[in-house]
Amino acid sequence: MNNKLLKSTLGTLAIAAAMTVGSSAVFAGADLDKKLVINGETEIVTRTAAPAHLDGALDEIFSGWIFRKDETQTAQMDDFDNPGMIFVDIAQDAWNKVDGSEGKSCASCHGAAEESMAGVKATYPKWNEAAGEVRSIDMEVNNCRTTRMGADAWKLTGGKMTAMNALITLQSRGMPVNVAIDGPAQSMWERGKEMYYTKTGQLEMSCANCHEDNYDLHIRADHLSQGQTNGFPVYRLKNAKLNGVHARFKGCVRDTRAQTYKPGSEDFLALELYVASRGNGLSVEGPSIRN
Amino acid sequence: MKPAILGMAALFAATTALSAAEIAPGDVVFEDGAVAASITGVVGDPVNGRMVVASKKHGNCIACHANDEMPDVAFQGEIGPNLAGVADRYSEAQIRGILVNADVTFEDSFMPSFYRVDGYIRPGKRYTGKAADDTFAPLLAAQEIEDVLAYLMTLK
Ligand code: HEC
Ligand code: HEC
Repeated sequence: MNNKLLKSTLGTLAIAAAMTVGSSAVFAGADLDKKLVINGETEIVTRTAAPAHLDGALDEIFSGWIFRKDETQTAQMDDFDNPGMIFVDIAQDAWNKVDGSEGKSCASCHGAAEESMAGVKATYPKWNEAAGEVRSIDMEVNNCRTTRMGADAWKLTGGKMTAMNALITLQSRGMPVNVAIDGPAQSMWERGKEMYYTKTGQLEMSCANCHEDNYDLHIRADHLSQGQTNGFPVYRLKNAKLNGVHARFKGCVRDTRAQTYKPGSEDFLALELYVASRGNGLSVEGPSIRN
Repeated sequence: MKPAILGMAALFAATTALSAAEIAPGDVVFEDGAVAASITGVVGDPVNGRMVVASKKHGNCIACHANDEMPDVAFQGEIGPNLAGVADRYSEAQIRGILVNADVTFEDSFMPSFYRVDGYIRPGKRYTGKAADDTFAPLLAAQEIEDVLAYLMTLK
């Protein structure tokens, strides 16, 4: 077939298709000024100046909420419409339930989560001096379970852990993310930063390629956000459950046609610390809703 | 990591029936980003090329590029330039070069290399998240590159 013939064939095809399907989607950018207030009371900072360590990379940072569709955004304004809250209720039961050989529950040591866990999520992951390592909230939960309660460690990516993470996160909702990147955590932070800018997989893409260079643009049907973690855990409409940060990282790395890192690994912990620090100044928003 | 992948590439080449004139991924010769000679010696099929450009399972070029000639394809990306008129902007040899390895033309390009098998960091087995194994192959087969090229040359 010569090119002229091809062009006319394609032209006819295209016109026929345009009449039935409608012309190809022309995407609109997000409304960057839109405001998120949860339950009519908790104001969420979804747009603010980037932290100093992002100088030269980003001027402003945005919650992923900004880039979601109207319906998804609206559902997050009222906890009765937020399916993530069901898991918070489940975790509240676990919080109060005695488990393990020591006859203790989380509440035995920490009392009401509303008080003892307020502000915790905003600073994690962080350096634990006694342990001499950077820890995520999930690692702390398992540490309490195994060393203080004499109970089994929960699977880091399992439903129980993600729900407990959501309960703890909720107590910091509306507070600014404020993760420390200096001092003893610095080397882990540097390691995470290195990962963030490394192009992996057969598609040779880095986190920055999608979430720093191209946010608010579409890659096929996906509207790219800045890949911030302030909204985690997120209830995803796609899999109808709460998802933790490492599970999301795994999906993104897999999508570069790469061998992923393991959820719960030190690699992903370093990345979690680094990505959290990119959101310093945004509000803790989880549990949130994403597609 | 690199030697293992090179080994895989060799295995790939050995177990795949190459047409006499087919040039293996590592052997493509560039001149100023352009690749003058066909990498298969077989004239490209623009109809198949169009399918490869549009299909998520094949080139998925539309993930990043809008293309005015494909109003029938939904959700065209916004990352790279619109492909409309691309044959007016580049020669056939230049576009072949961009398809084989866009990094040669555009430094540090976000566009993946569609006909290359080595030099990757943590290469995976397609979209499984597992490490690459002996099924590792370039993103597009040599003839698919020529087919896509034939299609793009119609975009004047
Ligand atoms: C090929 C493009 C691509 C790459 C590369 C990529 N992501 Fe993503 N990521 C997406 C898409 C698409 C989504 C879903 C829409 C959105 O929130 O951006 C997403 C979502 C996310 C989210 C959820 C944000 C939210 O508010 O729910 C996080 C966090 C994230 N990515 C982090 C990362 C990290 C860290 C890396 C590197 C290890 C990475 N991404 C690499 C495409 C990518
Ligand atoms: C992940 C994103 C991505 C994918 C997938 C992709 N491209 Fe690109 N492409 C780009 C970008 C970005 C550029 C602009 C050059 C640059 O900045 O590297 C580009 C440039 C080009 C150019 C030069 C266009 C011009 O007008 O300058 C051609 C031709 C092209 N791409 C064809 C293709 C074809 C055909 C495919 C699929 C087989 C494809 N691309 C897949 C991102 C992509």
